[in-house]
Amino acid sequence: MSMRFEQVSVRFGRTQVLHEVSLEVPDGSIMGLVGESGSGKSTLARAAVGLVPVSTGRVLVDGVPAGRRSGVQMVFQDPYSSLDPRMSIGESIAEAIPGRTSKSERAGEVARLLRLVHLDPGRAGQRPGSLSGGQRQRVALARALAGRPQVLIADEITSALDVSVQGAVLNLVREMQRELGLSMLFISHNLAVVRYVADTVAVMSHGHIVEHGPAADVLENPSHRYTQELLAAVPGGTSNTLTKET
Amino acid sequence: MRALRTPVGATGAGLLATVLLLAVLAPVAFGDGAAAVDTDNLLAGPSAEHWFGTDNAGRDLFLRVLVATRLSITLALLATAIAVLTGLVLGSLPWLLGPRLGRPVTALVNILVAFPGLLLVLSLATVFGVGARGAVLAIGFAGAPTFARLCQTLIAGIAARDYVAAAEIAGLGRIRILVRHVLPNVAEPLVVNATIGAGSALLAFAGLSFLGLGVQAPAYDWGRLMQDGLAGVYLHPLAALAPGIAVVIAGLAFNLTGEAVAGALGVTPVVGPRAWSVPARSTPARSPAQGEDLVLDVRDLAVAFPGPSAPVTPVRGVSLSLRSGEAVGIVGESGSGKSLTALAIAQLVEEPGRVTGEVTLCGTDLNDGGHHEDLLGTSLAVVFQDPMTSLNPAMRVGPQLAEVSRFHQSLGRRAALARAVDRLRAVRLRDPERAAQAYPFELSGGMRQRAMIGMGLMGTPRLIIADEPTTALDVTVQKQVLALLEDVRREHGTAILLISHDVSVIGEICDRVLVMYAGRIVEEIAAGDLHGDARHPYTRALVAAVPSMSTSRDEPLATIPGQPVDPAALPPGCAYAARCPLATDQCLSEEPALLDGVACWRAGDPLPMEQTKQVSV
Repeated sequence: MSMRFEQVSVRFGRTQVLHEVSLEVPDGSIMGLVGESGSGKSTLARAAVGLVPVSTGRVLVDGVPAGRRSGVQMVFQDPYSSLDPRMSIGESIAEAIPGRTSKSERAGEVARLLRLVHLDPGRAGQRPGSLSGGQRQRVALARALAGRPQVLIADEITSALDVSVQGAVLNLVREMQRELGLSMLFISHNLAVVRYVADTVAVMSHGHIVEHGPAADVLENPSHRYTQELLAAVPGGTSNTLTKET
Repeated sequence: MRALRTPVGATGAGLLATVLLLAVLAPVAFGDGAAAVDTDNLLAGPSAEHWFGTDNAGRDLFLRVLVATRLSITLALLATAIAVLTGLVLGSLPWLLGPRLGRPVTALVNILVAFPGLLLVLSLATVFGVGARGAVLAIGFAGAPTFARLCQTLIAGIAARDYVAAAEIAGLGRIRILVRHVLPNVAEPLVVNATIGAGSALLAFAGLSFLGLGVQAPAYDWGRLMQDGLAGVYLHPLAALAPGIAVVIAGLAFNLTGEAVAGALGVTPVVGPRAWSVPARSTPARSPAQGEDLVLDVRDLAVAFPGPSAPVTPVRGVSLSLRSGEAVGIVGESGSGKSLTALAIAQLVEEPGRVTGEVTLCGTDLNDGGHHEDLLGTSLAVVFQDPMTSLNPAMRVGPQLAEVSRFHQSLGRRAALARAVDRLRAVRLRDPERAAQAYPFELSGGMRQRAMIGMGLMGTPRLIIADEPTTALDVTVQKQVLALLEDVRREHGTAILLISHDVSVIGEICDRVLVMYAGRIVEEIAAGDLHGDARHPYTRALVAAVPSMSTSRDEPLATIPGQPVDPAALPPGCAYAARCPLATDQCLSEEPALLDGVACWRAGDPLPMEQTKQVSV
């Protein structure tokens, strides 16, 4: 299932945040979306799941205009605010299971999802407060998967985590995507992380997509000046091609 | 219930329990006595038989005050319930209806809040009619706007949380989200305010009944009794005073309980007895680093907090030194004690935390108990992760920077402001004059962080401690901020202590890196040796866990299995042993000392390949 943004514009009052963004997340692959904060990455994500109204243009999932329950799910940046502190993690996940199901079916599904994200199903009754940041992010991922999404949007899901945990979450994201054949929009300001998970990359600046294409092309032979700047700023050395160019 | 342990809480809860008990029992136990007419004692003063005297039908006033508790409390609670429920509905509507339809509701609430409460009660009382029912409605609806405003604010705060967004994406209706996610998370402050509101409702009710607008004879509440007693107030003051005292006591009961609970919710408690005496941990004796250009010298630094049984020491035996112009990094996971080390050096550890060990800044021992504000104010600058919370949001940036010089260098207002603008220029803010006139929220994250560094440069700092200064920033801005720190170091010879969880950031500007784990330095290494020549298995795992622009995409990323240790439950041996692929029995039982720059029994041993295949967090 592919997701397509067609000429999507979003305005907040007088400020236009997205300018006619057209982008396609190809079926069964991960598209990385990079750019500075304030460039409109998160707004694009929120528009795709209907949290932000689109002023013009449309978002299509498999050719059908996206709306609530249209098979798009989202994982958020802050694992500390994305789970209701007063609800057990099992309840949070169960809530996202679509349709009417019996109690035992739900419990079974919650256990399956927890196992899927490598968490002990026995912890379903625990509150998020007793989980570490990385574990919470796994729960958030399980909740998103509970909606049986065809497209998953990951908005900076590792930037609030320690680097030691980030790796495990990234491994899990790739594993899920491969096993479930998801299409994914993976948003991050960290280019090394995007390079690791994404098949294609889009670069956003001031509400415009300035460059997109296969990850290797964009990150090794950036054509837009802004992408080059981003790459040059990556700490711990730049990519080989860039050092050759300069 | 911690609230009950405070004197205020205990008094409030005791009073409240008494009042509620009376409300339930008094009419049953004393109802007949209070109605008994004693024609021999009409309007009598206090006596052994009638403690507070009698009313104009010769009924015992003491018993009547007790019996009136039920009606007074019931009516007050009813009015509070109306206020809270109406407030909840009015307060939830703006969120339920969305911005466009919600705006008129918000406007209505704003207008109603602006009305004086008493005026609203009196006008509503005349609208709803004289009598108990009218008064309940009047007081209830008059209290609603305040609750509506409170609910609106609380709900808006919760509605912005991601879990509400997640529920929306999952397709839940707004009302369901309100009931399941929003209301349970605003319940605490609401209950507290409702308790306090009940106290005010009680008072308002007594007032209305006293004015004759409330409870009508033959029913009686405290207000009614006060009115009855007023006629003879010069002869028998107690007849009017006694019900008044009852109102005060009951009102206090509600308010004190509410206040105590509110206080308990807002304050994090210190649990358990305060066990002090920091355990002496031996650290390798290092010869003090020599040289007059030594800016910072820290010896055996420990930070302890009181714990349930023994003090918890999240920082233990940390020794480090910085020469002028040197940049040293501290890396570690969250909870490793790296930020607390920085705070301890900057003398910013708050009670009940306790810092031991020597911290020598520019030759002055900071832990000698003296006052070193001026030295700290001018020689040390601290930059935190989130400049939005470390800058005062209500103050313009320029005057905020100028304050440093006015306070520590006794500059005049104008001179200090000029220096602030000059410093903002030094941190390369475009248009520093305008930035000085801006409030923090008007600047971008990168600009705020520059302003924060600029504030550090108001003096002539010998040392800048930067705690995750770029974590909240974009890569391009991160590069600029790191470059700025680098420039300051080169131009002024300022030493820099950079703290980060990201090895690659540290590698950008630091000469040396200290790796912290479970409150200790486990490895000290030249920044250039991080990739390839690190000896501690933790350092190697930390380096391998960060994907770079050349990481292979075909293999899973290296991860560190398990979780960081809890400083309250340190194992006897090496704290990293439980997560370490090289751990032996010795590692589990004996803590390795920091020798030759590394604290590990198996330093430098080859790592087994399986470690890279681990996936658990």
